[in-house]
Amino acid sequence: MSVVSISSVNKIFGKPGENQTIALKDIDLQIEQGEFISLIGPSGCGKSTLLRIIGDLISPTNGTVLVNGKPAPQARENREYGIVFQAPVLFDWRSVEKNVQLPLEIMGKSPHERTARANEMLELVELNGFQKHYPYQLSGGMQQRVSIARALSFNPPLLLMDEPFGALDEITRERLNAELLDIWSRTKTTIVFVTHSIPEAVFLSTRVVVMSARPGRITQIIPIDLPQPRSGETRESPRYYELITQVREGLRGGEGMKE
Amino acid sequence: MSSSAEKVYSNRPAPKKDETRVSLFDRLRYYLPTIIIFFAVLLLWEVLVRALQIKQFIMPAPSSIFEAFRASLAQMIALGVYTGTEALGGFILGCGLGIAVALATARWTAARETLLPLAIAANSVPIIAFAPIMNNWFGITNQTSKMAIVAVITFFPMMINMTRGLTLVDPSALELMRSYAVNEWTVLREVRIPNSLPYMFNAFKICSTLALIGAVVGEFFGGTRDALGVYITQEAALFRFENSWAAIVIACLLGIGFYVLIVAIERLVIPWHASVRKTEE
Repeated sequence: MSVVSISSVNKIFGKPGENQTIALKDIDLQIEQGEFISLIGPSGCGKSTLLRIIGDLISPTNGTVLVNGKPAPQARENREYGIVFQAPVLFDWRSVEKNVQLPLEIMGKSPHERTARANEMLELVELNGFQKHYPYQLSGGMQQRVSIARALSFNPPLLLMDEPFGALDEITRERLNAELLDIWSRTKTTIVFVTHSIPEAVFLSTRVVVMSARPGRITQIIPIDLPQPRSGETRESPRYYELITQVREGLRGGEGMKE
Repeated sequence: MSSSAEKVYSNRPAPKKDETRVSLFDRLRYYLPTIIIFFAVLLLWEVLVRALQIKQFIMPAPSSIFEAFRASLAQMIALGVYTGTEALGGFILGCGLGIAVALATARWTAARETLLPLAIAANSVPIIAFAPIMNNWFGITNQTSKMAIVAVITFFPMMINMTRGLTLVDPSALELMRSYAVNEWTVLREVRIPNSLPYMFNAFKICSTLALIGAVVGEFFGGTRDALGVYITQEAALFRFENSWAAIVIACLLGIGFYVLIVAIERLVIPWHASVRKTEE
């Protein structure tokens, strides 16, 4: 059974008769357990919209989205999603550990379990020792790692990430890419990752979903056959560059480049 | 995995409270120019009044105001307590209602859309003009009428600011809460109310000034001689201007004290907010 099963999903913004925008058209996508899927495409291709539909933050106009065999709204009620946004969206009034514990508090976990779990998560994102800090005392990259720790704290089967490293500098971004892969291999969480960086998509993913705009649709799905685990060496391998070229051509809609 | 630069960063211990707190000496040095200017202005005032032989009833010298103040200290304090009670009582009533209505309007969108435009319109009306009416309704000689004036004046700024704080929330924070499948009350408790606290303290500061203006001006329209506003007008009518000035000093001290108290509470309650927190290093 697929973790995410999307069939003939359309999303139209605006009321009938008015100026309607077709954000997504005829989307079909299956995501399997343990995959790392990147959605890539130009602005306005609906990649963030698709991510939000998977997470039931918005509803599709028609079509079905099943998560672990259940409709998306029910999966949300069951708290099966961890979400990381482009901004860290930490609560200024909560310390780092209290931010990480937020979903656990909501789910009614005991204080002892919350503390233990938060410590474990902060260890995972290499922020041990920062428990009592407040968000404003951290750099942007560190804040985003807290956000990842919070999303993983309740062990969701599906992690949705909406350009999580888009606001960070290139050096921090590459480091966090490596950290994310490490976390992914350790937690075995399925990840859906929205980005507009081609190298990032290729480096991280098991498959890259290439989308195009107006109307937003999937034009190509490119399997990334780079060996695991990936490292700095991966970024220097010829295959890495071939795949980057392939994704780039896919984004241009270059049909002739298909092998 | 993580580079050395980040490691160094992460080995730093959490800052202790003492480290971020400025020393008394530093603070004194920071405020010293202000203090010097304050006394320089007083000195200049004193010198000018004497040199130009300005009449007492136009502008008494600081020394004679201070003398009047000292001579009737007990009465001055009593005046301050009387009017301060009115201001505080009205403030609590007005701000309390403002917060309550804002919470209700934040919870129910329909209520907000109906009430907020009315509140904004009411806030631009010079409410102090209603003071004689309030005196008429609640009795000219008692403190209730002044509290009513203060309550009406402080209600609108509090309600408007608080509603903003409760509704101007990061949309992503709401999406995050939605992903946790929580109800509207949890959103209110975890997101909207903490988010509104800086706005609330802003309103407290505005309302602290308004509360004193409301109480004193309300008293101008009538009341007993226990009240600052009545005392100021009566002493002025009797050409004892230094007494009026001494009472004005009391009103100023009340206002400053009120404000400082709010700032102190603000620092305790929202140390995480940009307006309060101290930048490190």
